[in-house]
Amino acid sequence: MNSKQAKQILVDNLWFNNPIFIQILGICSTLAVTNLLSNTVIMTLGVTFATAFSSWTVSLLKNLIPRRVRMIVQVLIMSFYVIILDILLKAYLPEISKSLGPYVGLIITNCILMGRAEGFAQGNPPAAAFWDGLTSGLGYMWVLLTVAFFREFLGFGTLMGYPVAPKGFVPWTIMVMAPSAFFMVGTLLWISKNIMAAREKAKGGKA
Amino acid sequence: MTPNIAPLTLFFASIFTSNILLANFLGMCSFISISKDLKSANGLGLAVTVVLTLTNAVNWVVLRYVLIPLDLLYLRFIVFIIVIAAVVQMLEMIIDRVSPPLYMALGIFLPLITVNCAILGAALFMEIRKYDFVQSVVFGLGSGLGWWLAIISLAAIRKKVDKAPVPAGLKGPGITLITIGFMAMAFIGFSGMLPVQ
Repeated sequence: MNSKQAKQILVDNLWFNNPIFIQILGICSTLAVTNLLSNTVIMTLGVTFATAFSSWTVSLLKNLIPRRVRMIVQVLIMSFYVIILDILLKAYLPEISKSLGPYVGLIITNCILMGRAEGFAQGNPPAAAFWDGLTSGLGYMWVLLTVAFFREFLGFGTLMGYPVAPKGFVPWTIMVMAPSAFFMVGTLLWISKNIMAAREKAKGGKA
Repeated sequence: MTPNIAPLTLFFASIFTSNILLANFLGMCSFISISKDLKSANGLGLAVTVVLTLTNAVNWVVLRYVLIPLDLLYLRFIVFIIVIAAVVQMLEMIIDRVSPPLYMALGIFLPLITVNCAILGAALFMEIRKYDFVQSVVFGLGSGLGWWLAIISLAAIRKKVDKAPVPAGLKGPGITLITIGFMAMAFIGFSGMLPVQ
């Protein structure tokens, strides 16, 4: 993997092929935790960790795994890393582990992990697969952090638990509840699509 | 401690007040991609309901009689996933033998279900909330029906939305997410009526 290829993967995963904007993958387990910024940071770090390492492992083992059973083997590899993550969280961050509840375990069925394992790690060398998993996780992270930023700020008037809203700010209770997550992600999709379309247009105009 | 909830209450609570999809965000991926037409949405909903009920029952037994006595609780993610994959595989073979037409209708959805977060999610909720056997089965059935209800409603709504003038950037997944948001708001209307845990 040379540096040009590495940069290409980074840009693709952060923007052009962002797992959330383009592929709408993996929002299942994480929307639920985006009403608090601190939970989201831990959760998305966890997803990044699990994606990077499981892509790396899948890529290392790709010639050893029989094609017929590769899905289940991939799921087992992912579960392995998620269990490590779960134990680490329980040991060092018991509070957050408790408030994340079942959603840590649900990283296993996060479609991003499977998508990257099937779509990239299966046909690429381990180092590239690791980098791809890592950047996919980061692409996922910045989108969800944006969602969490607005949800916590508007819903509680705090950021990372510290009150930042001006006095007399009335929290928007709806932002704490489920529907706002859908609205936020929908709106972000809209904005990103518009930016992409505008850029395409500019490019087309020049050429 | 097993929570003290009547099974019937839990059943309705898991369909309406804490709908597994609209309140807990589980099973979103297939929810968005399959809800384009009513027929496949219906098939997938049925398959999810059957699998969710069965796997929750099996997982409860495994949890209670294998994982807890052997003190292997930290292996639960792997064990649950294997149980789910096995149940789906068996169900596929049984349906294929017993009723080929049903297999034709459900066949393509069954493999998808193994990685549907709703199934694993329900198993983990069952473990965390310490439901007993009847509560687990009822919770699985209710969650499945709730998911089914949500996906056919969304498929029906999307049919209408297709004809509506939607801004270009919002077409496709964008407007679908916002539609789901409104559905979730509607379901919030049920909350407070029944406790779930």
